[in-house]
Amino acid sequence: MKKQTGKGKRPPMTAKRREQSRREFLRTSVLAAGFVTTSLIGLVPLAGNANARLRPPGALKDRLEERDFLASCIKCGQCVQVCPVEAIKLADLADGVGIGTPFIDARAQACDFSCDGLQCVLACPTGALTHDIDYPAQARMGFARLARPEACLAAQDKGFEGQVRGPDFVGKLRYEAIDRWDPIPVADHPYDLERCDLCVRQCPIEIRIAQCEAGKPPSGDPNQCPPRHAIRLVPEGKGAVPIVEDGCVGCGVCEMICPVESAAIVVDIDETADFS
Amino acid sequence: MSYIAESLRQLIGLRPAKPSPDERRPEVVAVYAEKRKEKLTKAKLREAEQERALAHDRHKWRIRRWITLILVNLLFVISYYLDLQLVEGALTASRFVGFHMADLNSALQVMLAYKHLVLNLVIGTVTVFILWLLLGGRTFCSWVCPYHLIAEWAEALHLKLAEKKLVKDMRFHRGVRAFFYVIFALLALLTGYTVFETISPTGILSRALIYGPGIALLWVLALLAFEVLVSRRAWCRYICPIGITYGLVGTLSPLRVQYNMHSCHHEGDCRKICMVPHVLDVTIRSRAKTLDTDIGADCTRCGLCVDICPTGSLSFKIKGLDKSL
Repeated sequence: MKKQTGKGKRPPMTAKRREQSRREFLRTSVLAAGFVTTSLIGLVPLAGNANARLRPPGALKDRLEERDFLASCIKCGQCVQVCPVEAIKLADLADGVGIGTPFIDARAQACDFSCDGLQCVLACPTGALTHDIDYPAQARMGFARLARPEACLAAQDKGFEGQVRGPDFVGKLRYEAIDRWDPIPVADHPYDLERCDLCVRQCPIEIRIAQCEAGKPPSGDPNQCPPRHAIRLVPEGKGAVPIVEDGCVGCGVCEMICPVESAAIVVDIDETADFS
Repeated sequence: MSYIAESLRQLIGLRPAKPSPDERRPEVVAVYAEKRKEKLTKAKLREAEQERALAHDRHKWRIRRWITLILVNLLFVISYYLDLQLVEGALTASRFVGFHMADLNSALQVMLAYKHLVLNLVIGTVTVFILWLLLGGRTFCSWVCPYHLIAEWAEALHLKLAEKKLVKDMRFHRGVRAFFYVIFALLALLTGYTVFETISPTGILSRALIYGPGIALLWVLALLAFEVLVSRRAWCRYICPIGITYGLVGTLSPLRVQYNMHSCHHEGDCRKICMVPHVLDVTIRSRAKTLDTDIGADCTRCGLCVDICPTGSLSFKIKGLDKSL
């Protein structure tokens, strides 16, 4: 047999070698097709619940779409680490390509803006939580809605006494009167209300408006003052109903603090009221 | 220059170039001729291997590497739990005492999907690029990636089962990794989503360690099962684009494993233990062109070959510095 040397030339393939190489190619093709298909399954959850997650403040949104948010999030969880009330969780494999992206389960722990300065936005390395917003009132995470008016205590002119959500609820809120810096468990802060107004009373936007009207804006910064109201109680019949207004940012505190099961007021994320 | 070219060839899955006889330096030819005259007996080889297997430093690099890998990953976890603010984030992106760090592959996927240059990502990418430029590129794989360590243990199990003839290593064409690289880049570009992150065990494991486990770990388990039962180190060898990204950085890195053919027995212990054995093809008899050869950039600098070599023919070198590590 003539010996071939030099680059690019190989000894002629034997039939056996050719068969081996053909099989390797087939196996490899199956591997390639298998893994590419598997990764594409990650796109499937988008079809079902593309917008079903409440995202942290500043999550890039183009009305209903959160394409840019999912594209730009690098799934590192730095937003999770800086949140003082630990409101932010990371999505699991069920979210497909949304794996590792941050979301908020408002009923369990809402974003109460106790950081004032939008720490999650500042922590985000990619701007998936856009750096264009600096203050809570500029966020638009969703929009609150009185989903079950018949359950609303205020509408029935009922009061509320005791621990909201019971003694075992671990959710936290910042109560300025108690501690400016450290949020405490809601369970440690019982209420005694003649008529329930928790969704208005604890609304971070309404709290800020009250502070500003009292001449004490948060951190002494007038920019922190929300330009519009988020929620107010309007008398109706013998009770009063919460009316959600344009200034609602969808933080979910009303949903978390609502004492009835399940919450009478919830945050919709697909509400397009005003994304300006 | 030829180092970069040869490294790129190997990274995209081509066979390492075989030197033609006239490419070999005369001193190399002389050493090969000398070795042919003085045939190495099986007993003598066994003796050398035994001696190495009993040496006190037989796992020197593996111990250093495992400790480093565990410490780096633990640092993320501890920093978060104790609120040290030393390292915030996960392996995909983080802040190290406030400085942005971004995994090169994750940052690339995000930029392809998002189609914006994000300043913080650019800063983080440049920092990490320089870091791995100095440290060897795929050093990330074997010294930092948490999946690498678990896969190493799965590999040990695979080898044990293979020894008992219970499983057989199914081999694929290594070029498929470059195919995956292009496909995942295109998918990010065309769909606008970071499709690869869904199945990346590196991201999944890093987040699971820091933020708690989830069902995504089942996917990692499935990958490990595939590697134990079907194909040895399949993810790292044939699929992972992170390896190629850092491999490309490694082509420019001065930190390499160097092969000295003079004392080599050509018995192939290094190739048997290596995750990317094609990089060690130069240790096959008559493949070396020069007395010293730098191992290509697909090498993860894990040091297993350095540990196992019975003749000390493989060592860590920093190009430009003559002293070996």
